[in-house]
Amino acid sequence: MTTAAQRSSAIASPARRSGGGLLGAIYIVWWRDVLRYWRDRARVGASLAQPLLYLVIFGTGLASSLGGGFGASAGAAGISYIQFIYPGVISMSVLFTAIFGAMSIVWDREFGFMRELLVAPIDRSAIAIGKTLGGATQAMIQGLILLVLAPFVGVYLDPLVLLELVVLVFVLAFGLSALGVALASGMRSMQGFQMVMNFLMMPMFFLSGALFPLVGLPGWMTVLTRLDPASYGIDPIRRVLLGSSGIPVDRFALTLFDRTLAIPVEATIVIAFGLVMLAIAVRSFQRRD
Amino acid sequence: MGVIEVSGLVKRYGDLEAVHGIDLVVEPGEVFGFLGPNGAGKTTTISILCTLLRPTAGEARVAGIDVAHDPAAVRSRIGLVFQDPSLDDQLTARENLELHGRIYGVPGPLRRQRVDELLQVVELADRANSLVKTFSGGMKRRLEIARGVLHHPQVLFLDEPTLGLDPQTRKHIWDYLQELRRSEGVTLFMTTHYMDEAEFCDRIAIIDRGTIVALGTPAELKSRIGGDVITLTVADVPTAAKEIAERFGIAPLAANGTLRIEVPDGASFLPRLVRELPMRIDSVALSRPSLDDVFLKLTGHAIRSEGASDKDMLRNMGRMWRGGRR
Ligand SMILES: Nc1ncnc2c1ncn2[C@@H]1O[C@H](COP(=O)(O)OP(=O)(O)OP(=O)(O)O)[C@@H](O)[C@H]1O
Ligand SMILES: [Mg+2]
Repeated sequence: MTTAAQRSSAIASPARRSGGGLLGAIYIVWWRDVLRYWRDRARVGASLAQPLLYLVIFGTGLASSLGGGFGASAGAAGISYIQFIYPGVISMSVLFTAIFGAMSIVWDREFGFMRELLVAPIDRSAIAIGKTLGGATQAMIQGLILLVLAPFVGVYLDPLVLLELVVLVFVLAFGLSALGVALASGMRSMQGFQMVMNFLMMPMFFLSGALFPLVGLPGWMTVLTRLDPASYGIDPIRRVLLGSSGIPVDRFALTLFDRTLAIPVEATIVIAFGLVMLAIAVRSFQRRD
Repeated sequence: MGVIEVSGLVKRYGDLEAVHGIDLVVEPGEVFGFLGPNGAGKTTTISILCTLLRPTAGEARVAGIDVAHDPAAVRSRIGLVFQDPSLDDQLTARENLELHGRIYGVPGPLRRQRVDELLQVVELADRANSLVKTFSGGMKRRLEIARGVLHHPQVLFLDEPTLGLDPQTRKHIWDYLQELRRSEGVTLFMTTHYMDEAEFCDRIAIIDRGTIVALGTPAELKSRIGGDVITLTVADVPTAAKEIAERFGIAPLAANGTLRIEVPDGASFLPRLVRELPMRIDSVALSRPSLDDVFLKLTGHAIRSEGASDKDMLRNMGRMWRGGRR
């Protein structure tokens, strides 16, 4: 009993300090997510099948049914449909990974490891932030892996472009991961998950410009596509990825009130959106039932 | 001063009052058992004490700190083993403990020493570097218990620590808990609906439908039953109950198709009963009172399993879902 008490007091005081502050706690939550992801490499491989399928089926199927249509309107300097959707498919991978990853929180906080974090003496905001960053890191990697396909669709990367892409893909991943965590943090049952899938994730994907250019659309649809935060994340990825290989992509660039947006402006919009979502997630994690 | 002090604790979920005004005091170093059937409010009470839920009314202090006012201070002084495993099964046993130590701010060298020491105590040292998903249910439980005390909490809460384990493993878990109580001087607050386990506790609170119906040492509670218990199986329970009441002036309790009779001296009463009861008796047993009997007497019903709640459904769904994703 005395030895126990002695040992207890020896570490009791540092224990009270709770995990090296907010940053330390965020780091721990993030690190665990990334480590888990790394352990699950087999799944990482399998999860590439879906984007690949999209790329091949849409890229080939739609391109041939559209005929020369897509290229023709593009004028002499060509952009093939498969090239057009390549960045879209990368973004899809980011979107799905981010949202699915976040949805696992719903189960995790009732029955999984997250309860270990919820009873720990760390600030709840660290959980929301760490989860968002962890999900964003995974989603970013899932997107960037697809860059190995670049040569097959006639896209060439140099280190500077790659760096730009890392940043832009992370920005998109962050925005979507924050959205996912914000949604998941308010959800207490799996039922909501189906809703998110049907009424949020799929529309977001289809309206984001991943599969077709967001120009010359009917008015109502133009409005919807501009309300879709993913639009502002995907467009810069496409412009940088394809533009650097000399593929004429600028006429598909996203416009807002008939003005083309600069890439930093688009990135800022996505980051701002992500921060708002993160704030919602933090509040929702701090609330106790 | 008690290490846990609860007064007038109430928790309402909408219309449902899950906890009905609970009062109790747990002394430091005690093994305190919270015994009750499914849905009694055990997990809800633990969740409030561990600051995961906010009480609707009443007050609870853990380690002298009000759970509603300073949850962070309470959290650093307690450990919790959840009803459902909350380990990260993609990590190894050692990594799970390491992670816990980091979260609780246990400094590096001490942390490693402590991790090794606890892996020894729960006899998982040889599996320290295996992924937790390869562990059996009993091994996971042991690891969770080790994790729960890693940061030297004053109180370790355990929500059904032996649920779903075979009797031998349950016995083992108890050995570890007793060992930890001895070596760490930690107070244990645990829930169970296994009556036989409650006997390992220093004191027990029996909870039913959100209310504590009895509180005391196992011996005290059992002494509320006068003497011995005779369990009788007959085809026609109601008629038999009436006959016994008329002939012997005793009110038997009916449960699960059997009749239970409390008598001061079972050995001499039993032959009389068999001789004088004018009906066929399928079987009869004489026993010392168990906590099951106490529970039945206090609540008028046997400890029972209710149908699956929404929470149970989500629990199973999640398991399936996650299982499929592995
Ligand atoms: N989040 C919730 N919302 C609504 N009702 C709830 C919630 N959590 C628990 N309940 C209800 O409160 C009551 C007490 O539940 P609790 O989980 O505390 O029981 P328990 O004693 O732990 O049962 P078990 O032995 O099944 O674990 C039950 O009727 C349960 O359905
Ligand atoms: Mg429970």
